[in-house]
Amino acid sequence: MSTAAEPNELRDDVLNGLQLSTQLEKVWRTPPGLVGALMAVDHKVVGRRYILTAFAFLLLGGILAILMRVQLAGPEKTFLSADKYNQIFTMHGSTMMFLFAVPVMEAFAVYLVPLMVGTRNIAFPRLNAFSYWIFLFGGCFLWISFLLNVGPDVGWFAYVPLSSLQYTPTKRPDVWAQMITFTEVAALAVAVEIIVTVFKLRAPGMTLDRIPLFVWAMLVTAFLVMFAMPSIMVASTSLILDRLVNTRFYDSSSGGHPLLWQHLFWFFGHPEVYIIFIPGAGMVSAILATFARRPVIGYPVVVLSLIAIGFLSFGLWVHHMFVTGLPQLGAGLFTASSMLIAVPSGLQIFCWLATLWDGRPVYRTPLLFVIGFIVIFVLGGLSGVMVASVPIDTQVHDTYFVVAHFHYALIGGAVFPLVGAVYYWFPKIAGRMLSERLGRWNFWLAFIGFNVAFFPMHILGLIGMPRRVYTYTADMDWAHLNLLSSGGALIFALSFALLLVNVIYSLRKSELAGDNPWNAATLEWATSSPPPPQNFDRIPIVKHRDPLWADSESLPVVAGLSAERREVLLTSLAEAEPQIREASPEPSIWPLLAAIATTIFFIGSIFTPWAVLWGTPPMAVTLIGWFWPAGSKEDEA
Amino acid sequence: MRQTIVRNVSDLPTYGFGPRSGPWWGAMGFIAVEGMGFAIAIGAYLYLYAVNPNWPIGASPPDLWPGTAEVALYLLSIIPNEYTSRAAHRQDLAKVRICLIVMAAIGIALLVLRGFEFAHLNTRWDNSAYGSIVWLILGLHTTHLATDVGDTIVLAVLMFTKHAKPRRFSDVTDNVFYWNFVVLAWLPLYVLLDWVPRL
Repeated sequence: MSTAAEPNELRDDVLNGLQLSTQLEKVWRTPPGLVGALMAVDHKVVGRRYILTAFAFLLLGGILAILMRVQLAGPEKTFLSADKYNQIFTMHGSTMMFLFAVPVMEAFAVYLVPLMVGTRNIAFPRLNAFSYWIFLFGGCFLWISFLLNVGPDVGWFAYVPLSSLQYTPTKRPDVWAQMITFTEVAALAVAVEIIVTVFKLRAPGMTLDRIPLFVWAMLVTAFLVMFAMPSIMVASTSLILDRLVNTRFYDSSSGGHPLLWQHLFWFFGHPEVYIIFIPGAGMVSAILATFARRPVIGYPVVVLSLIAIGFLSFGLWVHHMFVTGLPQLGAGLFTASSMLIAVPSGLQIFCWLATLWDGRPVYRTPLLFVIGFIVIFVLGGLSGVMVASVPIDTQVHDTYFVVAHFHYALIGGAVFPLVGAVYYWFPKIAGRMLSERLGRWNFWLAFIGFNVAFFPMHILGLIGMPRRVYTYTADMDWAHLNLLSSGGALIFALSFALLLVNVIYSLRKSELAGDNPWNAATLEWATSSPPPPQNFDRIPIVKHRDPLWADSESLPVVAGLSAERREVLLTSLAEAEPQIREASPEPSIWPLLAAIATTIFFIGSIFTPWAVLWGTPPMAVTLIGWFWPAGSKEDEA
Repeated sequence: MRQTIVRNVSDLPTYGFGPRSGPWWGAMGFIAVEGMGFAIAIGAYLYLYAVNPNWPIGASPPDLWPGTAEVALYLLSIIPNEYTSRAAHRQDLAKVRICLIVMAAIGIALLVLRGFEFAHLNTRWDNSAYGSIVWLILGLHTTHLATDVGDTIVLAVLMFTKHAKPRRFSDVTDNVFYWNFVVLAWLPLYVLLDWVPRL
């Protein structure tokens, strides 16, 4: 093995202070101009784009929700046609799940994990850039199709036989299926990056039991993505093959089976819920420790709970299929496992409550959202335990009770922590504080609006209102509760408008954040806000689980990395002992070109199978261009 | 915040092999993803097998010789593959070049055999759910095979250029590692595709 390849190389041990910062910035910065922006591989730049794009999709998905609530506010309204309504609820679910919830969590991980583990960039930064472009193109593909009246209309889980060619002879389900392929490729890429970043790029001394809880949560999530998403890719591919080249996976007259679709979909679909919730739990742990002014009680319990939830989440999928006529033993087993997962979830909640109890809580906006999370998520969890039971599930299946349940679980479990996380980390990302006054208004509008919108749905479901109906007659007696729900939805939407106002206002006018405005304990607060391109002038050494609380004055660091080319420090898996100084790729246009080639391949293949043939060479060329050394210092190290 | 330098890492190597290096873990990650893809596809096959009283549906089982020949060639390929790994660890450029050419040739031979295998499946993808799943699984593995062969060829060419720097030997060992996965993945698929229909 080569050591110290170039003895005359400029290293960070001979530079200091401003000189070192300037030199590292020069090496690590994203090139200027439009082309430079398209070449960006800095995890912060890509992460910011990912976050903004995911929030743009939240806005779009939210507008659809409001349209549905307007339509349902009274009986027999004609605001939306049945066909439009079908497209809109499918688009709402698909956008929220595939273009907002999962990507936004990964986006925060892309931005924060490298900072929190104390490194200079994410592992495989070009793959990261590729992932973002694929996500963006996939999302645009879905939305442009919708605007062209080719939006999917078969529900966000696209059950066969409804989504088969026989019953939906349009391109709408193909758009849905291929959007899945786009977003899953993007998500899988980020999952691999996060795992390798956490495994190999941790600052020296950050042993497994010193990894911040948010990073643990994202690591577990990445594993879930890795093992859940292949299932939906097999599902969406087989669906598109059935529709395009007459394969018979779901055709019962030729040995296919519609329930195969449900198994494949839910084997992904249930872990998906935890792919959305576990990052939320990580955010809660991070925020709670900072604002309770003490470390989260029961660190090992929380970590093991996250891992346990990860494993258990793969054993629940059949509870989505209780009404499909399963053998009793199977139903019993999946009821038991569905209830079992409440145990680690509950353990975490008790750890958080104990932390609040024992701490000296400072009730700033991020903590308010965490408390909102605890209330709403517990309610969602309780209705979850209810629908895990076969008799209750049989009764409320496909009613608004289920809609209420999963919005409590998902918005409570993920969106409340997420908005809290926006308030918490915005100062780091933008360098300015968000307005606390607007923040409080934001929280109370969200909390009240959410409950007014979704609680009545429990009752609507119990009195028989089915999901996915575009209207109802006056004699059903559902009008008042629906009107109430629609009013709540408007208030809830207003809370997001306020968040947007707060962000825009604060970017211009609010006070500067400084490095560590919350006096938090983790490494992302040890650098400036926003962080410089190199993240840290020198890689920190970690000697404590809460490094900045253990010593708030000085930071032990390592020196000896290159200051003239991009280099990161690799450490061992368990003990985080320094092992290698590895080159980190410089900016490149190839990931974008590869993403364009992939997009042409994906979209082409819903129109003709020959796209697989003519779409492959451009992909191969761009991939070779991507990996072929360009003669840079990083390549030749 | 004041910084105190407590350690200097300038004497560390700039690349490493196996679990010490980043790309090895990346390869491991993609192996996990793709392995899961195969597992799910196998699950789908067995599901369809379980719900259909007759299997294979309206076709005779695939002819045995192409798949079996592939198994033989795959297993034999482990020898030159291992040899490639050793040459790369010794950083013996001349031998690595030869080994990569041999591995690329083996890969191409396997792709040719794969063509015969498709021709001898005795069913089409649109005949029945049986035909569909068989074509899907074989297609998945063929994509793997083709990707790895492509990668091997690019790497072989690279090792003949000025870019054949020491750390490229680490890339070679990752390629070796991935090939072992392609071989290992084939064995259960072979049993599934060629023998389960004969049960």
